[in-house]
Amino acid sequence: MINLPELKAILADDKRKTIENLAVKAGAITRQYFGRTISLYAPIYLSNYCDNECIYCGFSKKLKIKRKKLSPAEIEKEMAQVAKTGIQNILLLSGGSRTQTPPVYIENAVKTAGKYFPSISLEVYSLEEGEYRQLYRSGVDGITIYQETYNKKRYNELHPSGKKSDYNYRYLTPERIAKSGIRYISLGVLLGLHDVAEDIYELFKHLELLERDFPGVEYSLSFPRILPVPGTKFKPGSVSDRTLVKLICLARILFPRVGINLSTRESGRLRDHTLGLGVTRISAASKTSVGGYAGIGREDTQFDVRDRRPVREVVARLKERGFDPVFTDWRRIKNGP
Amino acid sequence: MLKDKPLVIGGKKIKSRMLLGTGKFRNKKDVTESIKASGTEIVTVALRRIDLKRHEDNILEYIPENINLLINTSGARDAKEVLRIARIAKEAGYGNWVKVEVVNDSKYLLPDNRETVRATGLLSEEGFVALPYMYPDLYTARELVKAGAAAVMPLGSCIGSGRGVKAKEFIKILINEIDLPVIVDAGLGLPSHAAESMELGADAVLVNTAVANARNPKSIAKAFALAVKAGRLAYLGGVPGEKDSASASSPLTGFLFEDKND
Repeated sequence: MINLPELKAILADDKRKTIENLAVKAGAITRQYFGRTISLYAPIYLSNYCDNECIYCGFSKKLKIKRKKLSPAEIEKEMAQVAKTGIQNILLLSGGSRTQTPPVYIENAVKTAGKYFPSISLEVYSLEEGEYRQLYRSGVDGITIYQETYNKKRYNELHPSGKKSDYNYRYLTPERIAKSGIRYISLGVLLGLHDVAEDIYELFKHLELLERDFPGVEYSLSFPRILPVPGTKFKPGSVSDRTLVKLICLARILFPRVGINLSTRESGRLRDHTLGLGVTRISAASKTSVGGYAGIGREDTQFDVRDRRPVREVVARLKERGFDPVFTDWRRIKNGP
Repeated sequence: MLKDKPLVIGGKKIKSRMLLGTGKFRNKKDVTESIKASGTEIVTVALRRIDLKRHEDNILEYIPENINLLINTSGARDAKEVLRIARIAKEAGYGNWVKVEVVNDSKYLLPDNRETVRATGLLSEEGFVALPYMYPDLYTARELVKAGAAAVMPLGSCIGSGRGVKAKEFIKILINEIDLPVIVDAGLGLPSHAAESMELGADAVLVNTAVANARNPKSIAKAFALAVKAGRLAYLGGVPGEKDSASASSPLTGFLFEDKND
């Protein structure tokens, strides 16, 4: 593992040669372990109700935005719409409201998703181990859970109230997920909340611990750059494209077999160029508002999508660049005993 | 040319001793061309990668019809998941040949031998032809024989690593002691690694990454096929093997045959 001073030195060094060397190394490892395949997924937002007030988030309960949660019929409609695009791996997201979107609501959405998609992941509030187990048995394969920042002081400032303000509960979430039997765990930090080197160092250490304690889980990493939210005073730290590329390369070099995700919050150009360097999974044609695919309501988005290309265009571009788009990377089997 | 016995797997006579995996290719056209260039008769496909809905990107469209499909259970973490995957494959009409892959370590992707034995037993009971991917351990191999395996597939080195036949000593023991076909799987990065495996006496090899990641997959597929043939021929011909030092024909007991009186 890299140490913090080494990581800081690499992130501070923006010389063309340094970045190119990292990219060559990372690219070779990626080709070796993943070949030229890129998996595709799409997010589906179920609800933007939230009981937390994360000061960087467009869904914070303090914000006066139009709230919406999809009804069972709307969930069905939304999923049918996404399925038409050919996407088969989906990520269901919901704001952090246990009252509006309790585990049973999420479970029902998962069951509906099972009719349309062979692989289902979730990005929702932290749950208990037993709740994760129940979701796993209902058909959930993966969970995305970001620590947001690993700096406790900063974490407390950014998460002043709600269940999410408990740093340790959040930190131990991946362990509860792993114990529940879920196959894939995606970790990350929101770049721009705290010192990038410190957060990434802690993220890598967290992953290293999890790999040791729960080797059977397949892990992936995400490096989302947080954007300013309209209507708030929050100003994220800026994280350059060069820094992002170095992080992707470092992650690949240090963790040769972990997946690396890149969402549509990044531009098409950046996404296209980072494909060979370490990224293994990208979202396509994402809508980040509740009901965005089927045109249900006109609610506020969690973040702005920069790469708006439709799935067929993303696929054509992948092929043009010598990558094989992977729509299906899992076949639903009964989870649990 | 020395005459060779055919390789028999699950009652089927197989002429080509090279099996090809279909993962990691940059496009599916390369899969078809590599299959043809290698002359392989058995191709592995992960069930998780078989698309039921899309046709243009469905891997099965790119595998010629005369090829035997060997469905692998990639993603399974224990025996019961292997069985569930195998059943789905059978129901979908992909046949009953299963490459048992149970991995419970996402860092090294090493097979879990204990669960592999269990899975092989469960599959055999249900009439599947099970070809278990395993860490080359003699005790496990014996258990796999008892569990009804159709072959054993020891790894040469870590999957995707291209490091060659690092487990050579232990694979050799399996070749000596196990009556089932021994197919060296995983870690073969160069045609010479394939030749080395065959020289040892392996019955076949399985190659994927080295072909899929090649600049010209078709050429490398062909190169592997030739290396497999060369290695097999060397084995049949009885390669003398390495010696630590040059030796006279009978340095220790030659005196017994010398015509000298004490």
